[in-house]
Amino acid sequence: MDQPARLTREDVAHVAALARLHLSDEELDTFTHQLASVLDHAADVSSLDLTGVEPTAHAMAVTNVLRTDEPAPCLDRDEVLAQAPAVEDHRFRVPRILGEAP
Amino acid sequence: MSAPRPALETATMVRAGEESAVDVLEHHLAVIEAGEDAVHAFNLVLADQARAQARAVDAAVAAGDDPGPLAGVPVALKDNLCTRGVPTTCSSRILDGWCPPYDATVVTRLAAAGAVVIGKTNMDEFAMGSSTETSASGPTRNPYDTSRVPGGSSGGSAAAVAAGFAPLALGSDTGGSIRQPAALCGVVGMKPTYGTVSRYGLVAFASSLDQIGPFAHTVADAALLFDVIGGHDPLDSTSLHRPTPRVLSVLDDGVDGMTVGVLTEFLDGAAPDVAARVHQAADALAAAGARIEEVSVPEVTLGLSAYYLIAPGEASSNLARYDGVRYGLRVDAEDTVAMNTATRTAGFGAEVKRRIMLGTYVLSAGYMDAYYNQALKVRTRIIQGFAAAYARCDVLLGPTAPTTAFALGAKVDDPLTMYLSDVCTIPSNLAGHPAISVPFGPGDDGLPVGVQLLGPALSEGTLFQVAAAVEAAAPDLPAPRITTGAAS
Repeated sequence: MDQPARLTREDVAHVAALARLHLSDEELDTFTHQLASVLDHAADVSSLDLTGVEPTAHAMAVTNVLRTDEPAPCLDRDEVLAQAPAVEDHRFRVPRILGEAP
Repeated sequence: MSAPRPALETATMVRAGEESAVDVLEHHLAVIEAGEDAVHAFNLVLADQARAQARAVDAAVAAGDDPGPLAGVPVALKDNLCTRGVPTTCSSRILDGWCPPYDATVVTRLAAAGAVVIGKTNMDEFAMGSSTETSASGPTRNPYDTSRVPGGSSGGSAAAVAAGFAPLALGSDTGGSIRQPAALCGVVGMKPTYGTVSRYGLVAFASSLDQIGPFAHTVADAALLFDVIGGHDPLDSTSLHRPTPRVLSVLDDGVDGMTVGVLTEFLDGAAPDVAARVHQAADALAAAGARIEEVSVPEVTLGLSAYYLIAPGEASSNLARYDGVRYGLRVDAEDTVAMNTATRTAGFGAEVKRRIMLGTYVLSAGYMDAYYNQALKVRTRIIQGFAAAYARCDVLLGPTAPTTAFALGAKVDDPLTMYLSDVCTIPSNLAGHPAISVPFGPGDDGLPVGVQLLGPALSEGTLFQVAAAVEAAAPDLPAPRITTGAAS
């Protein structure tokens, strides 16, 4: 398989933003070096010709599981909300959402 | 000190009313009091709750009821197992103070079996690590030598059993996180077949790989605990709808006529003293009637790379839930995205950030085919490689970890070197297979060596059977220093 280009500092900054993590300049340097070395090691996998091999996402065959549509007790609402950082009118309260950066 | 009393014996005595669960608990709390400062196995010792559970066990016995097969046995829980109303941190700042609104299924089953939960054990943050050094609450130390790591990620559970803080513990194993610390701490640790133990209430790391399993001093005690926690659970959609093997009843069945394959790829990277112990275990199994073969499964050498593409990929998705909205830490900011970012930046440690970013990268457009999808195909190859070996062998034998316990700080700044600690344990997770680590004497440095037995899916009965034979032949391991003078 064609080898992807080596991981850059810009790549790391991009995935950090996607993953909602802020990195300092120093962290960007360190993480770029460390992640690139892990991906270099992974060249033994990425360079293989595996044409025709089926992927395995789950080792044991799994199928979707549905329960019967009957009411049953669920988690206690107040107990759940008691763990939230901020609550208002039995709802999770968050800072403003509209107008945020994309 | 004398060897700790087996959990099987303790439960028998408590059930018969010959010893009180309260006395058993107080003994262990005293051992913790004496040794915990040096080891730091626990994030939280639940003395009051445990005393209440022990009194309830004693009351049941007094009333003529049977509390169950773990009556009065203290069990330590890895701190990624949800305990209702009791802090569950995953050793991460992002879950500091979080009290789950429900119990994990394994916790419910322990209670139903009469066990006493003695505390929540330290771990690598979100189970990401091989030394328990990525914990936000500081490292756990190896009871055999407190300048060494206990392994990880379930290092607190392994150390708690090794130090005599609890006769039994539960951990989770995604790439070796039960077996590797068990080997480094000189205790038995077992990863079950994927789907035999419910993951309900296990905080997710890599969902297609995570399994909960037992730590114990003896193979029989590990079997006792596995029999209690295994079995179908409707609350876990990946829980198998097949009978879980019962293992306690087969321990004395021997290895006569079995074929044991010594896995050459695992020996290639092992230190000479560790490899020597593996050969010695093979000789012991031969003496007990097994046929020994050298077996090569070349595909397992790809396991490490495949794992470090798949597990971070799954983790990056699972850990998206820590957004500061519903539970755990929130760092306020002017809008929600800024709050999410500030919370995650402050709440996650460096190793967790590395894996989230690695996972995000290998799943992103343009790289997914080269990395993640290739790794899934390698997973197929590894399963096929094992299948060919198991057509000839009942079980495979190798080291659990390439070396004995390494020094604190030795690998923490070099992630790839740290990841290599898991090279012998990862393939079983990728294949969904069970495997068990059994202590087999000291290495040249006097520290514990673990040998590993691997089997195909649902082969737990055979694995425990062989493990019992390995244990019977194991050279003596000295008691850990930390408990010297602490045991009653």
